[in-house]
Amino acid sequence: MIDWSGYLGLILQGALVTIELTVMGSALALVMAFVAGLGRLSRFAAVRALATVYIEFFRGTSIFVQLFWAYFVLPFAGITLTPLQAGVLALGLNVGAYGAEVVRGAVRAIGREQHEACVALNLGRYQRLRHVILPQALPLMLPTFGNNAIELLKGTAVVSLISLTDMTFQAQVVRAQTGNTLVPFATILVLYFAMAMAISAGMRWLERRASRGLDGVRV
Amino acid sequence: MEWDWAFVWQIMPTLLEGLKITILATVLGAIVAAVVGLVLAIARRSPNPLIARPVGFLADFIRGTPLLVQLYFIFYVLPDIGIRLSPLVAGVIGLGIHYGTYAAEVYRAGIDNVPRGQWEAARATNLSIRQAWIHVVLPQAIPPMIPALANYFIAMFKETPLLSAITVLELMNQAKSVANSSYRYIEPMTLVGVFFLVISLMSVVALRFLEERYARVDAR
Repeated sequence: MIDWSGYLGLILQGALVTIELTVMGSALALVMAFVAGLGRLSRFAAVRALATVYIEFFRGTSIFVQLFWAYFVLPFAGITLTPLQAGVLALGLNVGAYGAEVVRGAVRAIGREQHEACVALNLGRYQRLRHVILPQALPLMLPTFGNNAIELLKGTAVVSLISLTDMTFQAQVVRAQTGNTLVPFATILVLYFAMAMAISAGMRWLERRASRGLDGVRV
Repeated sequence: MEWDWAFVWQIMPTLLEGLKITILATVLGAIVAAVVGLVLAIARRSPNPLIARPVGFLADFIRGTPLLVQLYFIFYVLPDIGIRLSPLVAGVIGLGIHYGTYAAEVYRAGIDNVPRGQWEAARATNLSIRQAWIHVVLPQAIPPMIPALANYFIAMFKETPLLSAITVLELMNQAKSVANSSYRYIEPMTLVGVFFLVISLMSVVALRFLEERYARVDAR
């Protein structure tokens, strides 16, 4: 008979690493999404081109390839990253590229008349974005951001392949030590699903908060 | 470490060998996903809640968990109950089921977009449910879905490197083995990135074409 409590502890340690990666990766992704998304709407052609190259590059290759590149190739350029840093960097930049398109779409979805009203009221570019455009664009972005966060959570499983001790890695350890395959993998599948559910519940709450006071603004 | 073109040409045949497996896995996975998605979408619309509910939950579950873990599950757990699959078959099934749940959503949206009147007309002209599906609903529902489906198949193509984790000798795995035996990572890893980037950029162009061709049904 196998004593599962110790192994469960191992998997829960892995779950903490997975959560840590998801939170830090999402934070980086959020920043990149706004920087690149607004960059694509910039007045300056150079900024637009830079943002487009970033987005197309990170959307054109998979998270797995980017992660291996960050972990195995960057050291030759003199940048040595720990597995955790490489994981956060690759996940954040990858999902950020998808998020950037969401930001762009949401900002573009705000009608021309809003921009014109801002000009008429003599608001500056920053004020226009901060007080008029973004408060209306944010509720449009949130549902897709929620899906992106779940994609990022699923992406974290890949970091186990560069020896980061996340949930998937620990499940492999448990498999190797006990020879049982069903229990560890079924456990982490359920845990991943629970985390995904938590993200989508949190996003629904945020969505309700962000759209408060916007009733009737748009049809 | 410097970029070495001679080494690039030396490893190219191995990488192309891997690329063939990558493309094979993508094509087979896409076929499985298209079929699985259709079955899931139809089952989810079933009037019997005992079929619709569990299928809906299963699809959400598969969509909410990582493909890598599902691949491990298929590759390591199924042999315990006597189903032994080759790595490539396990990989294709994993890709197919995972992306099948995404395809199911596309099908569902496409089917919902067929106006109710079409159903009623099909029933009124005494077509059976089967005939209504095959001759009336699906021919109208499928063309607008094609670009969205193609989008997911491009996403699936980009996920195929995960198959290397269950020992499929696709592009990523070939690159890793070349890199490990020669201690040179720059060229193999960068080339894998370039291959994926080039192929997915080409597919995006093809996707634009599909969108022009199929998406605007109502404009016709």
